[in-house]
Amino acid sequence: MSRLAPLAALLGVALSAPSLAAQLAVRGETVHTVSGAPIRDGVVLVRGGKIERVGPASQVAIPAGYRVLEAKVVTPGLVDAHSVVGLAGALNQPHDQDQLDRTDAVQPELRAVDAYNANDELVEWLRVHGVTTVHTGHGPGALASGQTMVVKTRGDDVGEALVDSATMVAFTLGRSVASNYRTPGSRARGVSMLRTEFLKAREYERKVKAGGQARDLKLEALVEVLNGRRPALFTVQQAPEILAALRLAKEFGFRLVLDGAAESYLVVDEIRAAGVPVILHPTMVRTGGETENATLETAKLLRDAGIPVALQSGFEGYVPKTRVVLFEAAIAAANGMGMEGALRTVTLDAARAIGMERRVGSLEAGKDADLVLFDGDPFEYTSHVCAVVIEGQVVSEVCR
Amino acid sequence: MKRTFPCLLLLAAVGTAVPLAAQERAQVFRGATLLPIASGPIQNGVLVVQGGKIVAVGGPETAVPADAQVHDVTGRVIMPGLVDTHSHIGGGDGGDQSSPMHPAVRILDTIDPRNPGIRRARAGGVTTANVMPGSGLLMSGQTAYLKLRDTHSIDGLLFCSDPVRDVCGGLKMANGTNPRGSAPQPGTRARAAAIVRDRFVKAREYRAKVSAARGDASKLPARDLEMETLAEVLDGKRVVHFHTHRADDVLTAMRLAEEFGFRMVLQHVSEAHRVADRIAQARVPASIIILDSPGGKLETAGFSNVNGAALERMGVAVAFHTDDGITDSRFFLRSAGMGVRYGMSREKALEALTLAPARMLDLEDRIGSLERGKDADFIVLTGDPLSVYTHVEQTWVEGSKLFDRADPEQRKLAVGGYGAYRGGAMHAHHGEEGHE
Repeated sequence: MSRLAPLAALLGVALSAPSLAAQLAVRGETVHTVSGAPIRDGVVLVRGGKIERVGPASQVAIPAGYRVLEAKVVTPGLVDAHSVVGLAGALNQPHDQDQLDRTDAVQPELRAVDAYNANDELVEWLRVHGVTTVHTGHGPGALASGQTMVVKTRGDDVGEALVDSATMVAFTLGRSVASNYRTPGSRARGVSMLRTEFLKAREYERKVKAGGQARDLKLEALVEVLNGRRPALFTVQQAPEILAALRLAKEFGFRLVLDGAAESYLVVDEIRAAGVPVILHPTMVRTGGETENATLETAKLLRDAGIPVALQSGFEGYVPKTRVVLFEAAIAAANGMGMEGALRTVTLDAARAIGMERRVGSLEAGKDADLVLFDGDPFEYTSHVCAVVIEGQVVSEVCR
Repeated sequence: MKRTFPCLLLLAAVGTAVPLAAQERAQVFRGATLLPIASGPIQNGVLVVQGGKIVAVGGPETAVPADAQVHDVTGRVIMPGLVDTHSHIGGGDGGDQSSPMHPAVRILDTIDPRNPGIRRARAGGVTTANVMPGSGLLMSGQTAYLKLRDTHSIDGLLFCSDPVRDVCGGLKMANGTNPRGSAPQPGTRARAAAIVRDRFVKAREYRAKVSAARGDASKLPARDLEMETLAEVLDGKRVVHFHTHRADDVLTAMRLAEEFGFRMVLQHVSEAHRVADRIAQARVPASIIILDSPGGKLETAGFSNVNGAALERMGVAVAFHTDDGITDSRFFLRSAGMGVRYGMSREKALEALTLAPARMLDLEDRIGSLERGKDADFIVLTGDPLSVYTHVEQTWVEGSKLFDRADPEQRKLAVGGYGAYRGGAMHAHHGEEGHE
């Protein structure tokens, strides 16, 4: 963000000098590092956008010149493991909906970076509610809708926000695909189409290696999935679709991340045996259509079965236009996960699900200095997010 | 609706499915923190109910009948059953595209009491709901005030005693973008207002004829179902529930209400924070929703969760609603906690789930608070109603326990599960072309 400073000064943007201070000490009555036990009266030292040191105030002295922020509770910046924010805009008008192209059901070559609006109101909405990292991009609804990426909820353009430009390729199986496209017109046809495309991609890769093959962006994107360069994110809500995704992953040997997975609690043995993580639907997902059988306790049921689980804001076609993982995790906390268990699903376990655990998700020296300051239990309705820090910069200081 | 039902007390006995014998023996709930809403919290309280009614509310010394069945609810919190001023549970519908105005259409003719959405709402602590047709028309029909009893007939859900003769709900109206369309629907806001004014002018004339006839059948105008309903509105017997979002649309709704003198509850009021002073001046109550993010449609771009606080500050009566399935009735209690998060007082936030909506439905003599003589509609909570960690443990309607989280099958209504809501608990979600 330092690149932004001269521009901000030029435009008179209200990035005050203190908020750009590179050295920060955040002191919390409770500091949830997530990687370790909560620290009572803890201190997090921040320097150069990274976490310098974390520990109890009795052991971590705050050096002179550090700006000090205090809070009841401090957590890592929240990680939304799957969203469409930035592509699906707040207004819900055709001009701001770029999460799904309906001309073709298989378009893995679509890049998220080409459609991200860093200035959309919903990005700010997530930021002020403590969400600092978002895995966003093309939405559910196509056999292959496009690619996803990881951003921080800051910056005026995608370059300033970007953490990882191509994280996964988004696939969907189920009834929603047939409602968006003429072909496939059924769930089974969708699976057979995907198998055909993966076979084509293998053949393409063989020809590329042999030399002389003209580039094909679509097949290139599938080859990257087959090669394990990036995982396939399969949005699958009902049990038959979940099993179909597992079957495809086994047949073609790609890395699979299950997404949505409303009925995952019905097939925990199969998911565990496949060693696949689940990015679960928002806890408060509407229970209709493919999510009719969703439960508030699925996160707990998966965790208890030993399956890695993260929460997401998901895709909303109407009102509210996005969900907020802080609020979704709160309901999970109250339905079996407990406060600390739920916090993991939107911090460290979410970071792991999207391959970002070396940079974000916990308060550890060397990681990005992304922090949220609360005036109470993070999940209580009546608590507020009172400050948000992204890579050492205080990006929000109003209690919400 | 107020005081128009001489048979209300009779109905209370008819409506519930519980054997009369079970109601004759008093039930005592002892040891909970009582939140009567009409008065301050009572620690270690005693709640006595009998015959479907509350017979006593007080502290530990409250006298109880000797043969009473005693429930030890130590450590729990008991508050009135929640009242939802705007819901779409029950699978009903309203007017069609043949006209923009359907005052004669009744949602009660289409509600299915077996719809699992009703059981699910009870699992969320809702005991009374104003179930309404949609907002895709200027006037989509008559709403139904439902007591969520365990019954298989619509008559058993109603507050009124005669669905043909009585006023059994309000009247749904809407402005803004949802009711716009091609003819006969209005294409602009001004046209929408003109259609409404024209119909109310005619209703005034109809009412004048009825009044001039002084009961003489030979002088009465021919019966007109639409005019009869609008006359009830003009007489103040039937409340208008006016779906409106943008500030200018809110003012238009209030202008119409003032011109024709109808009683109105503003519904949604997404930009209430911009015109809270005007709403206060007009003394119109507002029913609002809590949403997890702004956006979703253009006319709600100015939505804010500070609406509750802004209205409270101006002294406007505020109720929450679910608009189920825009939000799920199971999370209705959450509205109060979130309302406080965004600036409401604890007292007004809890009142906005109970007594304030009861007043908006003209049902405050029956429901909305724990007071002697009121219906025994209450919920037993595991803790503070404003805490996310609190669950609705039991929901009681007129002295009968109709939801119990301790029962595994009923627990599924609260947490979900395979087949828990089969058969349409979710009213068809409006999707991207939504009309809420």
